[in-house]
Amino acid sequence: MSGVVSFNWRGAWAIYNQELSRAWRTFFQTILSPVLTTSLYFIVFGAAIGGRINEVDGISYAAFIVPGLLILTLLSETTTNASFGIYMPRFTGSIYELLSAPVGVAETLIGFVGAAATKSLIISAIIMVTARFFVDYSLAHPILAVGIIMLVAAAFALFGFILGIWADGFERLQIIPLLVLTPLTFLGGTFYSIDMLPELWRSIALVNPIVYLVNGLRWCFYGKSDVSIGVSLGLTALFLAVCIGIVAWIFRTGWKLRS
Amino acid sequence: MESILEIQGLTKTYPGGLTALDAVDLDVRRGEIFALLGPNGAGKTTLIGAVCGMVRPTGGSIRAFGLDMARDWRRARARIGLVPQELGFDILESVERSVRFSRGLAGLAPDPRKIESILRSLSLWDKRDAQIRMLSGGMKRRMLIAKALAHDPELIFLDEPTAGVDVELRRDMWRLIGGLREQGTTIILTTHYIEEAEEMADRVGVIDKGRILLVEDKDTLMARMGSKEAVFTLSEPLHALPPDLPGLSLSLGEAGRSLCYRGSGADADGELAELVQALVARGIRFSALDIHESTLEDIFVDLVENGG
Repeated sequence: MSGVVSFNWRGAWAIYNQELSRAWRTFFQTILSPVLTTSLYFIVFGAAIGGRINEVDGISYAAFIVPGLLILTLLSETTTNASFGIYMPRFTGSIYELLSAPVGVAETLIGFVGAAATKSLIISAIIMVTARFFVDYSLAHPILAVGIIMLVAAAFALFGFILGIWADGFERLQIIPLLVLTPLTFLGGTFYSIDMLPELWRSIALVNPIVYLVNGLRWCFYGKSDVSIGVSLGLTALFLAVCIGIVAWIFRTGWKLRS
Repeated sequence: MESILEIQGLTKTYPGGLTALDAVDLDVRRGEIFALLGPNGAGKTTLIGAVCGMVRPTGGSIRAFGLDMARDWRRARARIGLVPQELGFDILESVERSVRFSRGLAGLAPDPRKIESILRSLSLWDKRDAQIRMLSGGMKRRMLIAKALAHDPELIFLDEPTAGVDVELRRDMWRLIGGLREQGTTIILTTHYIEEAEEMADRVGVIDKGRILLVEDKDTLMARMGSKEAVFTLSEPLHALPPDLPGLSLSLGEAGRSLCYRGSGADADGELAELVQALVARGIRFSALDIHESTLEDIFVDLVENGG
């Protein structure tokens, strides 16, 4: 008989393990594809075009875009992985097993969000290693960089989880990553410093939350960024807290999960 | 006998106003096979969903193993298995990994020997490394049972376990369910196949429009509500019923060539024997006797049509 009383660690581990196994099964889509895409960015923007662009803030253009590309991949992959992770059981009907199991919100989140975040950390590590083949970058604050990557991965895994519960079809599942996240990331200073923008556009750019993520990570790499690291960390933590609040509400009310 | 599941006043009203469960009271005893019968939309699956956590009740209480499902749901759910009506899987997962996942979800450590034993008992061991999508429909249904058994549940819900499976597999399922009962597992079964309930159930509950119409021991129910019809094909036509036959429910068939007896309840067998003796004693000969006993299905239809 199970000894489940207040927290089901084995249940959380089962979900986590299952999700990582799914990633391994879809190795090309989950791991190889983002690495290839990012490599292409480095080749095109870093090597081909970057060679003709002056330094930005004293950093070579190819090195300047590394943190932004990392955030670009991190957001897109984490959100997609987490949203598919919870949407697929809903779509196939196997969600019954989760809902009837002795697992609560914490176990479910540790399983799904933890797995999505782990995948993202693995992808980030691979991308950073891959980037080394194209660019000579430095990492001024490695521990903080890992911290920010983990924070962003956790926040967007939660965000993806919410999307996966909200979505009623595959099209809806991809609307936010494609039509909201990707444009915001491209406009969020991934490929440029917002200081390079005219004053009006700079002010508008500061409304884009992705600017703070990209600049937070860029500060960890080079000790320089368009906005303060404190603001970046604070806003990321706030986003994480809001996502946790929404997920807790989803489980309390059973929205789109329980009838 | 000890109750394993106690449901009191269980109500589920959806936001649109539909009442799927209307103050349901139900007690299920430890170790029994309880068949829940009802037409489509009667509330069977909603009832199972409410116990298992997929449906949020709007009223009432559920206790399983003496535990309040609203408070001690973790401990209670860890002892409950569910075989849903629909086939829902991660179809790209292998058979063995999928069962191991179910066991983990329940909070149990991996136990390869236990999983092997479950898969062997369901004739799935040879397919342990196959992806679920490669299994036949019958195997997928057995796979659902394997997943539900992965954590040795004391109480198992089988929601239409044999829907859409062939006769041979249905018999296999019945044997399997019988085997589970012998091991002490309590089984709550919903089914469209009344013969399934007739074959296996210890007790029967009939639900319609979210209300429990009846809960009774199957044999008692069939004895109490079952009817018996006996048609004697007469060697010589009768023009009228013999006036001195005992006061039974009798009628003559077309042209007096047959005599029909209708009885119900526990007395029917005795009355029929009495009738046969009376006919022989009066020299009324018959060349054939056709006896039909009502099935649980007849009783079920009667209950549902007459609202209990």
